[in-house]
Amino acid sequence: MLSTNNLQYSYDGKAALRFPDIRCGKGEHWLLLGQSGCGKTTLLHLLGGLLTPKQGTVTVGDTALNSLSSSKLDKFRGKKIGIIFQMPHFVRSLTVGENLALAQRLAGVPTDKNRIEHLLDRLGIADKIRVKTDELSQGERQRAAIARALVNQPEIILADEPTSALDDGNTAEVVRLLEDTASEVNATLLVVTHDGRLKEKFAKRINL
Amino acid sequence: MLKLSWKNLVNKPLNMALSLILFALGVGLISLLLNLNHQIEQTFNKNLAGVDLVIGAKGSPLQLILCAMYHVDNPTGNISLEQSRAFLNPKHPLVSQAVPLSLGDSYRNYRIVGTTYDMLQFYGASLAEGQLWANPMDATIGAAVADALHLHVGDTFKSSHGLVEGIEEHEHDFTVKGILKPTGSVIDQLILTVTESIWESHEHQGTVDDGGLAMDGGHEGHEHKKVSPVTYDSLTIRQLAEQQRLELMEKTDQDITAILIKFRSRTNIQALNMGRNINENTELMAASPPNEIARLQTNLGLGTDVLKLMAWVIVVVSGLSIFISLYSSLRDRRYELALMRVMGGSPGTLFQLILLEGLLLAVLGYVLGIVLSHLSLGFLAGFMKNTYRYSLTGWQFLPEEIWLLGGALVVGFVAALIPALQAKRTDISETLARG
Repeated sequence: MLSTNNLQYSYDGKAALRFPDIRCGKGEHWLLLGQSGCGKTTLLHLLGGLLTPKQGTVTVGDTALNSLSSSKLDKFRGKKIGIIFQMPHFVRSLTVGENLALAQRLAGVPTDKNRIEHLLDRLGIADKIRVKTDELSQGERQRAAIARALVNQPEIILADEPTSALDDGNTAEVVRLLEDTASEVNATLLVVTHDGRLKEKFAKRINL
Repeated sequence: MLKLSWKNLVNKPLNMALSLILFALGVGLISLLLNLNHQIEQTFNKNLAGVDLVIGAKGSPLQLILCAMYHVDNPTGNISLEQSRAFLNPKHPLVSQAVPLSLGDSYRNYRIVGTTYDMLQFYGASLAEGQLWANPMDATIGAAVADALHLHVGDTFKSSHGLVEGIEEHEHDFTVKGILKPTGSVIDQLILTVTESIWESHEHQGTVDDGGLAMDGGHEGHEHKKVSPVTYDSLTIRQLAEQQRLELMEKTDQDITAILIKFRSRTNIQALNMGRNINENTELMAASPPNEIARLQTNLGLGTDVLKLMAWVIVVVSGLSIFISLYSSLRDRRYELALMRVMGGSPGTLFQLILLEGLLLAVLGYVLGIVLSHLSLGFLAGFMKNTYRYSLTGWQFLPEEIWLLGGALVVGFVAALIPALQAKRTDISETLARG
């Protein structure tokens, strides 16, 4: 479902980062462990098509990302790849519900109110649908971010340090929700983290 | 997309308000100037009424014209009929029509004008109801006067001395004999009567006024023929007017304020030189309305040009403020924009979003400015009506205002262009990595 081949990336004037080849099957949940500074976020951006690799390929399903034009890639990402970032950000002028609707609109998917309500309900923040994102607590924001990543029923969910800002209780809860909702749409989940607390929760691990 | 742009703007109400107010101010000022210019010009031109020459006492020619034709300024003084009777003669070789005017009294700020029926022909006025003035103390009033003062045929009123309200009243009552149809010209704002009414009230008052009519102290109360009241009849009106003028010519010991003159032929050299002849060879002054008004408009025009330039400067500054507020909001929203890319938006989407925000501000500013300008025009109209008895309207829109919208859109577009390009070039990976 998600595979890389001989992936390399280098920032200007720095030594090239080489990444091990990844093969994740459909519906599998993976943990990618690595210390800070080893290129975790770079790898995640490469996988999400936010960065173009200097060498190698990323393949999502049957599609090689580097074969897509820039705007096709944007749409592809919006539809097929859900990304959750370390710090959950939103379009601040919009409410939680509107942010999710925007994610549908931008991906070129018709607005599906039921899907939005179902997701927020599933994540336990149904009552926040009409609340501006600035007014949410940290845990609520992370859940809203998960909802946004999942709203278009993506085939792949990438999560970048989704729990680093959360306490133990919230961490366990967020991981559970991530796994549950990913399973619900049979999406491939890849969590990138240095957070040792997550180690025992995932059977499939890659070490960077 | 438009909705998102709008929500982004509303999310920063202070920034938005600042840009909006500046923009509206600029647009409003330009629109106000355009409208004022246009309407004043229109009013002036309508009231030119084909008058070729105004004859009055020596003084400022512009003042004479403003007083005798637009009824806004004070008279330059009086002229005796002895000196001026020749111009009233229906057989004058150069003059096809002449309107004698006697000013000096008013009723609740509306001027009472002693004149002949020539006045009606000059301004193309006709009766709406009642009759024309025929005897002293008869009044036929303009439509706007009737409207504003709620006067009806048969009502009576006391005139007051002078052209503004508040000075002592004359003891005689005027009776409203008729009301004119609205013409859109200055005659709507006047109370018309026979010249004798003015003399009479001043005679009984026993005062001599400097601005209005001076009384000939030795004059004895004259006999009034009881002329039967006349209703409007376009065929005989000219004859009656000429008769009135001939009668007036007999009263050589009396004064009037001014005479409006139409030439028989505007290309006649003698007619064209008449004004200069009068100014050089008599104690009278002749002023040419088209010349004076043109001069006035050039002077006013210069002022409005400077103001218009200033207004454009305001618009440009407001464009700059739109630019700055969009640009600084970009920094706050970098992450948001990158996020929109992650969610499937293309660089073009971001470009559109920011551009729309600029254009939206410009359109809103434009609408607000136009509303502001027309509201203040309406307000000004009320003010002008009270002080100058001129009617402006806030509800006339000019084709130039469409151009103004074009200008506003260009300013909005240019102001938003650089921020929009910047948004388009957002490096998503770098922005997101920095969090």
